[in-house]
Amino acid sequence: MRAQFVLSEIGVGLRRNLTMTFAVVVSVALSLTLFGASLLLSDQVTSMKGYWYDKVNVSVFLCNKSDAASDPNCAKGAVTEDQKGQIKSDLEKMTVVDSITYESQDAAYKHYKEQFGDSPLASSLTPDQMQESYRIKLKDPEKYQVVATAFDGRDGVQSVQDQKGILDNLFGLLEGMNLAALAVMALMLIVALMLIVNTVRVSAFSRRRETGIMRLVGASGFYIQAPFIAEAAVAGLIGGALACGFLLVGRYFIIDAGLALSEKLNLISFIGWDAVLTKLPLILATSLLMPALAAFFALRKYLKV
Amino acid sequence: MIRFDNVSKAYPKQNRPALRDVSLEVEKGEFVFLVGSSGSGKSTFLRLILREERASHGQVHVLGKDLARVSNWKVPQVRRQLGTVFQDFRLLPNKTVAENVAFAQEVIGKSRGEIRKSVPQVLDLVGLGGKEDRRPGELSGGEQQRVAIARAFVNRPKLLICDEPTGNLDPQTSVGIMKLLDRINRTGTTVVMATHDQNIVDQMRKRVIELEKGRLVRDQARGVYGYQH
Repeated sequence: MRAQFVLSEIGVGLRRNLTMTFAVVVSVALSLTLFGASLLLSDQVTSMKGYWYDKVNVSVFLCNKSDAASDPNCAKGAVTEDQKGQIKSDLEKMTVVDSITYESQDAAYKHYKEQFGDSPLASSLTPDQMQESYRIKLKDPEKYQVVATAFDGRDGVQSVQDQKGILDNLFGLLEGMNLAALAVMALMLIVALMLIVNTVRVSAFSRRRETGIMRLVGASGFYIQAPFIAEAAVAGLIGGALACGFLLVGRYFIIDAGLALSEKLNLISFIGWDAVLTKLPLILATSLLMPALAAFFALRKYLKV
Repeated sequence: MIRFDNVSKAYPKQNRPALRDVSLEVEKGEFVFLVGSSGSGKSTFLRLILREERASHGQVHVLGKDLARVSNWKVPQVRRQLGTVFQDFRLLPNKTVAENVAFAQEVIGKSRGEIRKSVPQVLDLVGLGGKEDRRPGELSGGEQQRVAIARAFVNRPKLLICDEPTGNLDPQTSVGIMKLLDRINRTGTTVVMATHDQNIVDQMRKRVIELEKGRLVRDQARGVYGYQH
């Protein structure tokens, strides 16, 4: 195979179909950007899950004096020392429990002051009004229900709260966004593939004189098809490179600068550059192989031996 | 070189087969005219040799190979040993004469050194020495056909298939083309030429095969055209 000959054929073909080539490049770039973005979003969700699930607790809130008056769960009065001891020893017996920390009213008051110190509500609070609680870390965050059924409604327990439930709503939303991105990507991908098939056909038609002669003088099927396949692959690769650029620039402007989420939401651990960089080979490979395969199958019908 | 054994060819959606039970043999080094009115099956005959079509019945042997047994991906190997020339030249308008001829070698992967050697040689042979850098549009019909013949012959095929090579040319130019084909034939290349040109067939006195409605009706050594009789 003479490389120079094939390369010059590719150049001629791409320039001849400039508008179609442009359409292919743009649609491949957009669909692969979405593909990469959805991969990154699911990375982000995984990393947030790892970060937060590690930190979340199941909290068993105990009744205080004011609850005893207002909350039906605490109708039997504030929690007693006996009840606290019983709850603690029951928790320690549970196999799903990893560790237990006790938070006193004073400690709760202090935490509250730290977080909401300036609000008018905080200044009217007293330590008496805070709840004592057991903060329980589970070996498996999914096993919340075990704790909930054991302690919900028990004397002295005001409520059992699972922080994971709150996070799950957020993750559900992010995963929904991810699915939506994937759906749009699939649509764009179909559009891109149809464009490629069409472009290759137009290209093959406009060069039917050459390919006819090639067939007659005994050029192999591969030699005849290679320029068309390479044409699609080159256009795809340009699109893929653009998609890589979009992802890198996108990460920069969303996380580091511009939107600068890393400053505004400093509680969230964002994906790093390595997460983006590891996706790029996959995107480039897809952008090269997918159009090449599409072209190959488009030609099989079109350029018979 | 070529052998047809009871070959029939029917196209889908056509009542009458294009070829019916044709058997014949062409030896190495022969020059054969293929005559017959339009629709007599000449083109189908040539397309079967080139393996652009497959026979519906019977066997087509070309260069000792049963074409029905040649798999699709090996067809190019067979075609490299054949040259083809058409009535409409089929040159690439944006390539020069030399590039048009070189194209036939480039696309089968010949080395550049080989191409540089054989292209001027074959252009000299067809009488186009000195016109390497012209484009087909700047040449007369006869010259264009010479380029096409040069392209068909540059890979030194054993068999040259010509489909009405003089169909678009005036009688004088046609004689020149026939002389060239005769010269190529004398180098040992078998030539099969479909034609409507009565004068040429009568002058050359070569073997004549006549088809009529898909049947072989005449196979005559040193024959004349004369199918209207």
